[in-house]
Amino acid sequence: MNGNAFFLALRRLRAPLIVLICIFSIAIVGLVLIPGVDANGKTWHMGFFHAFYIVSYTATTIGFGEIPYNFTDAQRLWITFCIYMSVVGWAYAIGKLLSVLQDRSFQQLVMEERFERRVEALAEPFYLICGYGETGQILCQSLDRLDKRFVVIDHDAKTIDELELQDFRVSSLGYRGDARLPKNLIMAGIGHRYCNGVVAITGDDSANLAVAIASRLFNEAVPAICCASSAEVAANMASFGTRHIIDPFEKFGENLALSVRSPGSFQLLEWLTSLPGTGLERHQHEPPKGLWLICGYGRFGKSVVKHLRSLNLDFIIVDPRRPFSDREYSWVRGIGTEAVTLLEAGVERAVALVAGTDDDVNNLSILVTARELNPDLFFVVLENHEANHDLFRAVGAEMTVIPSAVIAHECLGLLTSPLSSRFLDIVRQKDDCWADSLLERLASMLDSKAPFTWCICLDHGTSSLLLDEMKKTEVQLELFRYDPLCPEVQLLCVPLLIVRNGLEIELPDWEFTLLSGDEILFAGSPGVLEIQESILRMPHLLHRMIYGEVEYDSWIWKKMSALRHRLN
Amino acid sequence: MNFEKVVFGFFIVLAASLNFGFFIGAIDRAEFHQVHHLFAAIVVNLIATVLKFGDRTQIGAIHLATSLVADLELIMASLQWTYSVYVSTEGLTPSALGSVVSLSGGALLANLVSVIILIMETVSLRR
Repeated sequence: MNGNAFFLALRRLRAPLIVLICIFSIAIVGLVLIPGVDANGKTWHMGFFHAFYIVSYTATTIGFGEIPYNFTDAQRLWITFCIYMSVVGWAYAIGKLLSVLQDRSFQQLVMEERFERRVEALAEPFYLICGYGETGQILCQSLDRLDKRFVVIDHDAKTIDELELQDFRVSSLGYRGDARLPKNLIMAGIGHRYCNGVVAITGDDSANLAVAIASRLFNEAVPAICCASSAEVAANMASFGTRHIIDPFEKFGENLALSVRSPGSFQLLEWLTSLPGTGLERHQHEPPKGLWLICGYGRFGKSVVKHLRSLNLDFIIVDPRRPFSDREYSWVRGIGTEAVTLLEAGVERAVALVAGTDDDVNNLSILVTARELNPDLFFVVLENHEANHDLFRAVGAEMTVIPSAVIAHECLGLLTSPLSSRFLDIVRQKDDCWADSLLERLASMLDSKAPFTWCICLDHGTSSLLLDEMKKTEVQLELFRYDPLCPEVQLLCVPLLIVRNGLEIELPDWEFTLLSGDEILFAGSPGVLEIQESILRMPHLLHRMIYGEVEYDSWIWKKMSALRHRLN
Repeated sequence: MNFEKVVFGFFIVLAASLNFGFFIGAIDRAEFHQVHHLFAAIVVNLIATVLKFGDRTQIGAIHLATSLVADLELIMASLQWTYSVYVSTEGLTPSALGSVVSLSGGALLANLVSVIILIMETVSLRR
């Protein structure tokens, strides 16, 4: 495949090149044939060398004059002819070259080859993001913050241009092409040895499905995260083993249920999947238990209803059509934008209202109307389009659901480390009290900034030094607690989870004894990972952290300290 | 009949035969090796090379390679000739001419390979 563009250019340039060769040779032959006169007035024939020399500087409009003798008129006539002929030849050749360079298909080819080469040259783990819409943008920004590479593929040229304009830390790799075509996915590195994950978040279910299938067939080892907007597509994706399927509305339903059941867990979940370093506030209001009004029984409404039912909460559906279900729901006809409908549904005795129609203006209108009727309501409102974000901000609902953000959070939780998604699953099971205490711990440590999560594996790759020490002595988790350079300073991190042989140990104590093969998940401030890695990498730091004393590297210091020990 | 193929074949065979015309004759006798022939051989070889541009097949690549070899050797020959006639004080000595002609002989070999490939291509097409 390589060098396609070059060959195409050569092929297009065949005609002008041949024309140039012909013009040069005709001019040279002419000069050789036409007799000249030398300084003594004798007839003289120009050699090929001189002819080539003269034509070369004449054709390129340099013009050194008449050498080696003054030309005869016949020669001048011929040179005049040559000048015009060669200028036409050059003009033709250069014009053709420029038109080849500007040719769309040629440019596309050049771009493809460049992109392919750059992806090929990637020497660090990266994620393949299919679709650079709202979700993709949030996700890419977060990945960039986390210092992770990504390759973006999107069918829209405008969004790819936007990608290049974004201020990313590492130069972004984007390709304009249809993610449905396997050729494009291969080019974007789906089978690359450093491809760490494939994320299908195009706005199109069939494209996401195609990506899911392709990732399964090309690179089974790589986890695929796919977005599905309906249960059928999700089932289809699951049928061939897509690792993670995200349905944003279903996900939100789950989160809503969690936030009603255990607000702290929900808050923790949100913190752990936010962009690291962004400021966080604790939710002022927690979703109340009582009667809920649900305006709009679409995909969003259904998911909310399903999860409210699992919590045994009362709810009334407001929708223009009777909810189609095997169960009888209390239902009021209408959109919910009018006070009459809302009153009929009992807005005065409700505690919460969900505005979840597929129209942003309607959702806002429902919210404003309902707030006039009952100012104490807890509002959950669905924001369908990012463009309306400012309106939703101004209206200030207790919970604004942005599907693209829900997906991005979910992807981030899954991508950052496999352990973090396990920990998030644990969080979902926990009660409010457990979550609140952890929240408190994190918030006080990190100054209410979103934590960064990372994973340390005690394996032969990165921590072989530690494994050697473990054979001699017991090593506790405390090893990672203090700064090795000033041991009284605690590092800003909390051990969240240890996985040992598939078993999960949540929130381990610092006194926990480590074993070879443990995987530890930490949450904390971004710089801590480097410090902990330096402990693992540098023998003297490691020694100091385990034994509390300095081990000397050089022979003479070793002898001296041994002597000192003996004297003591 | 494909006119493009005619032109293609014509230039390849013409390049080889002009090259042969210059090469044939006692290697150190200037009267058997006309510089006009060398010039014509170079021009036709260049055109043949450009005609071979842009073919990505295996055969196309070999075609182009042989032509490039022939060009290289012929241009070397012409440089050698220019040097001995215009620059060197001794002029076109038999040994200098011998080197020009043997370079063109090398180019002839490359051109013959090119012709053989052309024939092979045609024959395999027939089958």
